[in-house]
Amino acid sequence: MSNMVTIGISDMKIVKSTDALVTYALGSCVGICLYDSIMKIGGLGHIMLPVYPENNPKENKYRFADTCIPEMVNDMVRLGCNPKRIMAKIAGGAKMFDVAGDSAFGSIGARNVIAVKSCLQSFKIPIYAEDTGLNYGRTVYFYTEDGTMVVKSFSYGTKTY
Amino acid sequence: MSIYNLEQLNEMHIDVLKEIGNIGAGNAATSLSQMLNTEVDMTVPKVRILNINDAATAMGGPENVVIGILAKLCGDIEGIMMFIIEQEFAKTVLTSLLGATEVSCDNLTEMELSAISEIGNIMISAYSGSISTLSQLVMKTSVPAITVDMVGALLSVPAIEMSSVSDQIIFIEDDFLSGDKDVSANMLLVPTMDSLNRLMQKLGIEL
Repeated sequence: MSNMVTIGISDMKIVKSTDALVTYALGSCVGICLYDSIMKIGGLGHIMLPVYPENNPKENKYRFADTCIPEMVNDMVRLGCNPKRIMAKIAGGAKMFDVAGDSAFGSIGARNVIAVKSCLQSFKIPIYAEDTGLNYGRTVYFYTEDGTMVVKSFSYGTKTY
Repeated sequence: MSIYNLEQLNEMHIDVLKEIGNIGAGNAATSLSQMLNTEVDMTVPKVRILNINDAATAMGGPENVVIGILAKLCGDIEGIMMFIIEQEFAKTVLTSLLGATEVSCDNLTEMELSAISEIGNIMISAYSGSISTLSQLVMKTSVPAITVDMVGALLSVPAIEMSSVSDQIIFIEDDFLSGDKDVSANMLLVPTMDSLNRLMQKLGIEL
């Protein structure tokens, strides 16, 4: 029987096969699923912002794309994953509000996605699937049995990646 | 001394925010009553400092679909205000405003969205007006933006936009009573820390 493990905002967890991970209602945040198919170990991170602020050293590392991903990779390697086998699936990064006359408002979602991709690239982790951008919230389920990512939304139903 | 995150607010600060919430909700109830042409009562609002995860739980869980109306604040006080209403509240309002009988939040018409957006605008103005009046600080609000989606996805927006140093938000919970209906609405206030310090100072509160 599999366990459903919930990941909050600015949080990250790694589990082994037969467990499933879920993070609810990503808006402009990005959910990052990492998976090693041989070890059947998977991780899910829920980041809010692209870059760790240098002047505030006490921040939660899981809040930022560029510090969450290295932590995830490290933890997975520690559990026996081969970094060369790790692949990624990502979702989120929407623009939730359209403020008239302020095109910069809400661009953080797109910046989050760019930061996640560039950080994954620096680890040479391939992105197998992505469901990002647009203007709606997403709940992400990640199954470590087979590395399936399921994205559920209010406006667009459920999609399996 | 100045504060740099909401966790440092003490009882006195919270009381000030409560009073602001109280006056704001009073103004809001009056405006709502005029707009709906019916008597609207309210209970004393609850003001809490919550992190985003707890706020989502307080509003029926992160996947609860709600309507969010957001406005940017500028002037002496900068930040974001977001008014979140439950589907039930939207139905009540649309029924009396537009005479709509079947309201489904899955597919609101332009007209319905526009009406709700206007309600949100009035509520946000009621609150920002109360802050301005109390503090004599200038506060302007942007044209509101409206979105219908999961509450978790909406809640994180203010904190993210402000690149906030913490996940804490000022959460004002109102209960409006009209006839036999009891609908709750929530106002989120996410000021920049500079603005919050300015506000407290102006009101003569020791930080």
